[in-house]
Amino acid sequence: MGQTNSEMEALIAGEYAQGFVTQIDSDTFPPGLDEAVVRAISERKGEPEWMLQKRLEAYRHWLTMDQPDWAAINHPPIDFQQISYYSSPKQSPKLESLDQVDPEILATYEKLGISIEEQKALAGVAVDAVFDSVSVATTFRESLAEAGVIFCAISEALRDYPELVRQYMASVVPHKDNFFAALNSAVFSDGTFVYIPKGVKCPMELSTYFRINEAKTGQFERTLIIAEAGSEVSYLEGCTAPMRDENQLHAAVVELVAMEDAKIKYSTVQNWYPGDHEGKGGIYNFVTKRGDCRGDRSHISWTQVETGSAVTWKYPSCILRGRDSVGEFYSVAVTKGFQQADTGTKMIHIGENSRSTIVSKGISAMQGSNAYRGLVRVAGKAENARNHTRCDSLLIGDRCAAHTFPYIEVKNPTAKVEHEATTSKVSEDQLFYCRQRGLTEEDAVSMIINGFCKEVFQELPMEFAVEAQKLLAVSLEGAVG
Amino acid sequence: MLAIKNLTASVDGKEILRGLDLQVKAGEVHAIMGPNGSGKSTLAHILAGRDGYSVTGGEVRYLGEDLLQLEVEERAQQGVFLAMQYPVELPGVNNMSFLRESINAIRRARGEAEIDTLSFMKQVKEKARQVKLDEKLLKRSVNAGFSGGEKKRNEILQMAMLEPKLAILDETDSGLDIDALRTVADGVNRLRTTERGMIVVTHYQRLLDYIQPDKVHVLANGRIVRSGGKDLALELEARGYGWLLEEVAA
Repeated sequence: MGQTNSEMEALIAGEYAQGFVTQIDSDTFPPGLDEAVVRAISERKGEPEWMLQKRLEAYRHWLTMDQPDWAAINHPPIDFQQISYYSSPKQSPKLESLDQVDPEILATYEKLGISIEEQKALAGVAVDAVFDSVSVATTFRESLAEAGVIFCAISEALRDYPELVRQYMASVVPHKDNFFAALNSAVFSDGTFVYIPKGVKCPMELSTYFRINEAKTGQFERTLIIAEAGSEVSYLEGCTAPMRDENQLHAAVVELVAMEDAKIKYSTVQNWYPGDHEGKGGIYNFVTKRGDCRGDRSHISWTQVETGSAVTWKYPSCILRGRDSVGEFYSVAVTKGFQQADTGTKMIHIGENSRSTIVSKGISAMQGSNAYRGLVRVAGKAENARNHTRCDSLLIGDRCAAHTFPYIEVKNPTAKVEHEATTSKVSEDQLFYCRQRGLTEEDAVSMIINGFCKEVFQELPMEFAVEAQKLLAVSLEGAVG
Repeated sequence: MLAIKNLTASVDGKEILRGLDLQVKAGEVHAIMGPNGSGKSTLAHILAGRDGYSVTGGEVRYLGEDLLQLEVEERAQQGVFLAMQYPVELPGVNNMSFLRESINAIRRARGEAEIDTLSFMKQVKEKARQVKLDEKLLKRSVNAGFSGGEKKRNEILQMAMLEPKLAILDETDSGLDIDALRTVADGVNRLRTTERGMIVVTHYQRLLDYIQPDKVHVLANGRIVRSGGKDLALELEARGYGWLLEEVAA
């Protein structure tokens, strides 16, 4: 092994001598990836040996894999040796006051109607002790504990509930699944763990927002949600405000397990930095999200609103193993400027009478490129499986692009699979009509787009839906004309 | 309220309006008739501010202001309403919400408070009944899947709700059966007040059986070639446009 390795060892040794536990929050590994880095991450986290072995296995497998090139996206090759694989939860320094925050970001917060205290938290400004959410978070934890719900960082879970994690982690997305999943399995930094016991209806929507101090888990996030028989949970991920996260690569893995009669609803609003007006910078978002409807009559629903990132590569999927299990995917993906998105879902029907619904709404503006890629597979045993797919694209202007790549594989003759697709354009006629009725062009566009996305917004929890609408309006501002 | 002087305009380099003059006072209803391609719709669109028309000369004063300097929505906010010949569909945009957004946008621009939900609902239901628009259509997307007649009734409903100062109806009668025609005419007549000016653009005289215009103008080759009272419309109905064009040419 090269010099990087010995530097790393020196670093670890040095840190260790000083007692790394208190140092964790402030250190960052130098760029580069090898086995020593994987070991170091695991060590920092104080993980059990089996976790380290899993990481190493994943790392070794990752070395044998190539970056996928089938998606309808273009980006310069990613140099994985240029990335730092462990850093303190938030790289940017804490700011003293809002005056130090980019005014453009503040203007956006303003438009989104985010309170001053929240603005501070989001922008990474030191938050006052009286910050509402702190007390909210406390009451919140207490009532969850009462219900027996576990909701914590995955590193905490590895420490406090190692057997649960061991049983379920990688059972939905094995490290061999794909290039980015393998990378994540080797170097994941942190993430969220949720466990809902049998028969429990989670008393509130779980949101990463309430874990604000732990939320900024860096680029390799790992989330695991387990819903035991008859339980129910709704999980909200992300933040509707623009996080100007400068990390170039995000490769997260999310695994959901739903047992008999369990229901998991997973909602995402993603608004990471999309790059500048010339297409420079921005996040590469390569995410593997998959839900396993393991029990009969289980139900997993993905809802996503994707407006950020320079490149999005994401296919939240459902494996419909249980009889009468239900999978849903509702998506709005917006690309403008030089943004590219290749997103969609996979519905794998294995159980009898399993049903799935896909509603995908792609919006492209300026030079944006938007691709829907979806697979519906009905296995031989999946008697009476049903799928309905609706895939709509909306174009704004004449320099953008929309693509649809539906893959359908049916091995059972009783299955019914339907696919509908439309492409429409926000027309000059529509804008003139709205403006003639007194609306500004921006209001008109936002009205037409909200109309277009309505079916998906309806699936979001109320508050989220309102914010998503505002976010869409903000992100498409100036996209017309 | 509206004074058009020597207006010339072209589309794609082709001259359509060639020195048009027109004066509309508050309280008056003007009918503009003329053969196809005479520039009637161009005039309506230029007044509303639609892109794609270049005004090459002349001026348009509206309530003392230079109308052509205003953006499309500013004209609407200041009371210019265009009932369209082909109302567009807005899929996913609820008809009633659209109407309300529109009213509020105009109110906001004028520094007025937004309309309260209760009186809005009351008004919209009452006016929908007047124009015989099925209430169910209020809950559907704007014009989406509406029949030709329903679209026109919806235009008249919008006009009634927005209470414009200057209403321009661009061939609102085209393609309507006699019942719908009557409803549209009733809607227009109900809005006739001493403060409101109206321009009714039409190809046929029949609409004028129901709307009594104060003045009738004939537009041909991009200018007004004759103005008169209701008799002029009847004469056109009886004799067609040919004789007039010949007279003008002579």
